[in-house]
Amino acid sequence: MLFTRRFNRTSHITAILAASLSFVASMVIFIKAVTTAGLAQSPLGGQVNWLPTGDLWLKIGVMVDPLTAIMLFFVAWTILMIFIYSVGYHNFGQPVGDHDRTGLPPHGAEVKGQGKPFRVMSIEPMYARFFALISLFAFAMYLLVVSDNLLTLYIGWEIMGLCSYLLIGFWYGKESARKAGIKAFITTRIGDVFMLLGLAALYSLTGSLGFKEILSNHAVLDILATSVSPVFGLSWAGLIGLLLFIGTVGKSAQFPLHVWLPDAMEGPTPVSAMIHAATMVSAGVYLVIRFFPLISAGWIPGEALTPTMSVMAFIGAFTALFAATIAMAQNDVKRVLAYSTISQLGYMVAALGIGAFTAAAFHLVTHAFFKALLFLGSGSVIHGMEHGLMHTGESLDPQDMRNMGGLKDKMPRTFWTFVAGGLALSGFPLITAGFWSKDEILSGAFNGAHWAVFATLALAALLTAFYTARQISLVFLGEPRSETARHAHETKPVMTTPLMILAFFAVTLGWVGIPKEFPLLGSISPAWLQSFLGQMVEIGEHAEGHSLVPLLTSLVVSLGGLTLGWLVYRRFRSADQTDPMEKGLGFLFRIFQNMYWVDEAYEVVFIRPAGWVAENLSYKFIDRTLIDGALHGIAKLGLGIGRLLRFGFDLPVVNGAGDGLAGGTKGMGALLRRLQNGKIQHYMGLAVMFIVVIAMIIIYFVVI
Amino acid sequence: MIPLYWYLLLSAAIFCIGLFGAITRKNSVGILLSIELMLNAANINLLAFWRYLYAPNGDLRAEVFVIAIFVVAAAEAAVGLAMIISAYRSRQTVVANDMDSLKG
Repeated sequence: MLFTRRFNRTSHITAILAASLSFVASMVIFIKAVTTAGLAQSPLGGQVNWLPTGDLWLKIGVMVDPLTAIMLFFVAWTILMIFIYSVGYHNFGQPVGDHDRTGLPPHGAEVKGQGKPFRVMSIEPMYARFFALISLFAFAMYLLVVSDNLLTLYIGWEIMGLCSYLLIGFWYGKESARKAGIKAFITTRIGDVFMLLGLAALYSLTGSLGFKEILSNHAVLDILATSVSPVFGLSWAGLIGLLLFIGTVGKSAQFPLHVWLPDAMEGPTPVSAMIHAATMVSAGVYLVIRFFPLISAGWIPGEALTPTMSVMAFIGAFTALFAATIAMAQNDVKRVLAYSTISQLGYMVAALGIGAFTAAAFHLVTHAFFKALLFLGSGSVIHGMEHGLMHTGESLDPQDMRNMGGLKDKMPRTFWTFVAGGLALSGFPLITAGFWSKDEILSGAFNGAHWAVFATLALAALLTAFYTARQISLVFLGEPRSETARHAHETKPVMTTPLMILAFFAVTLGWVGIPKEFPLLGSISPAWLQSFLGQMVEIGEHAEGHSLVPLLTSLVVSLGGLTLGWLVYRRFRSADQTDPMEKGLGFLFRIFQNMYWVDEAYEVVFIRPAGWVAENLSYKFIDRTLIDGALHGIAKLGLGIGRLLRFGFDLPVVNGAGDGLAGGTKGMGALLRRLQNGKIQHYMGLAVMFIVVIAMIIIYFVVI
Repeated sequence: MIPLYWYLLLSAAIFCIGLFGAITRKNSVGILLSIELMLNAANINLLAFWRYLYAPNGDLRAEVFVIAIFVVAAAEAAVGLAMIISAYRSRQTVVANDMDSLKG
């Protein structure tokens, strides 16, 4: 940012070069990791001593074990794709806007072609700043993924929190963006406080934060699992797991702390893709996946879940359903995807809660790809709509789905890749990655006999398919519902190529994880992911039953949901029409659309009292009265002492002595001056008097 | 013979009168007269002592001292008068107390 402010090309070349280097390195590491046997037992890595704390050292280190390798794979791909996409998204190469100011989104420049001038999209004024921030973000994610101890992970975590604030508030001229940035930062911070507590507890109990020392070490895990903490009677392992999980609740936007994610859509779309698909929310889930041995310490598959795991399963499943219902009623294309992310993260958290470790990690990877794809696709759609806006000059929200429609003919590549992503999200059978990972989770729930979780997740899957079909129908199918949509056209290749690459992964990635229990295909699949990740967990998830119920359920919900959504929404003609669901669901729809009024509740319960405390208690009382009062008091005291010393001591005593001496001398002089009056008779008289006195003295002493 | 102390008393009285006059008199000539008186009083004292203590022995040593005093007195009177005349010529006054240019 220092040097490249004027040189947009330099900044994006630097960023993409760096991302490519990381990408290449990650691929190399990934291939090496995949071909190394027994990676979980002896991960590649190294450590350095960093900060001394008493007798021990806080260390920084890196480690590559199977989970890290998988994470590196998807992180590297998605980050690189997003970087390349951003070049086009921020309109590199376009002219500078007419009255674009830094801090606000660009809104077009007049270009004189042949004939009358028309508007085109203009380049983002803060282009270099964007790439600098997003590179920092990528750095933090890489740091977090390869770290081998909780401290480095936490460092990466916090840097990501900072970058999310900076990037969500990227267009800082918009007040909504500023507020959203602060909201994101503070909400995730709440989670981070608890996570730090867990981290501190772990460090003080075990004397180390390294993953090898804690998570692969049975003795440590057993001690933690059996010693009881002072809170709720949980074991220490459970308590620390719970605290770390709260960090995930914040970072990955699970139920109570989910409020920042929809507002985070104020940031540019690549940021949304990065934060909400590839990196930040994945980091939260990565944390709990990594700490799965700790969370599940003391758990034996088939028996009751540890309290922490129950909490995770409950919050995950609840969030999945909760967010899916809200997503059904949103009109902004990015908000649907935001709530969809929350919902899918709930899936992953619930999967971990019921002990399906591999399924959760699998879903994390596939979700990153198709969610990034969906977000970038939506960005492409928004770009197309903005282009239409330039043509028509209407004043409507380019992101509102009710203004779109019929974009499938105008933007075919975006359409097909978006469909690929959407089908993956809904879990379209067989050919999409989402199906395989979601199926894993559902069968894990079913086979573990967690009926409530299973039912909730299945219902959420139905809703997911429904709102995805709704979104696709509203945006792409049917007839254009506004002039803007009619004038939209396909975006540049620099934006559509990443979409196609991600779509490829969204379709094919599932095939690495086809479980052996699957009918027909299962017997020929190597089930590579299960065996690769399965090394990490000694417990392993043994699928007890090979029932077809979960499979059938996922087929029914995904296909059914897609069809339902398509049927309901394909007749949506004009933007002013009421949503068909509103007629069907009535007041429930209003609840969903207003997001259950959670934000408003938080406003009343937390924010206003906090504001009152800040204003009155802290500012008026403590700051002005106490602190300033103390300072003024001390100042007055000092002045008083000074005055006392000056008028009480300095002037009378010190000056007085000097003045007294001088005055005395003057007085004596005045007195004695009278002796010398020049009159000789006077002198003679004095002489005689003195002679008499002396004579008397002599007579007195000599004679007597 | 008259007792010695009568003469000593006389001499003391004259000396005191002379001293008083020297201190008190306004006129410088008056002061000079008083000084002469003091000198003569001292002479009387000396002579009295000589006559009563040494003359029976035929010793003449005191007479010389007395004559020396007479001479000194005379010389001093002459010089004093000359000084008074000179002072009168420059200051136009012989009042001793008015000549106070040594006043400090």
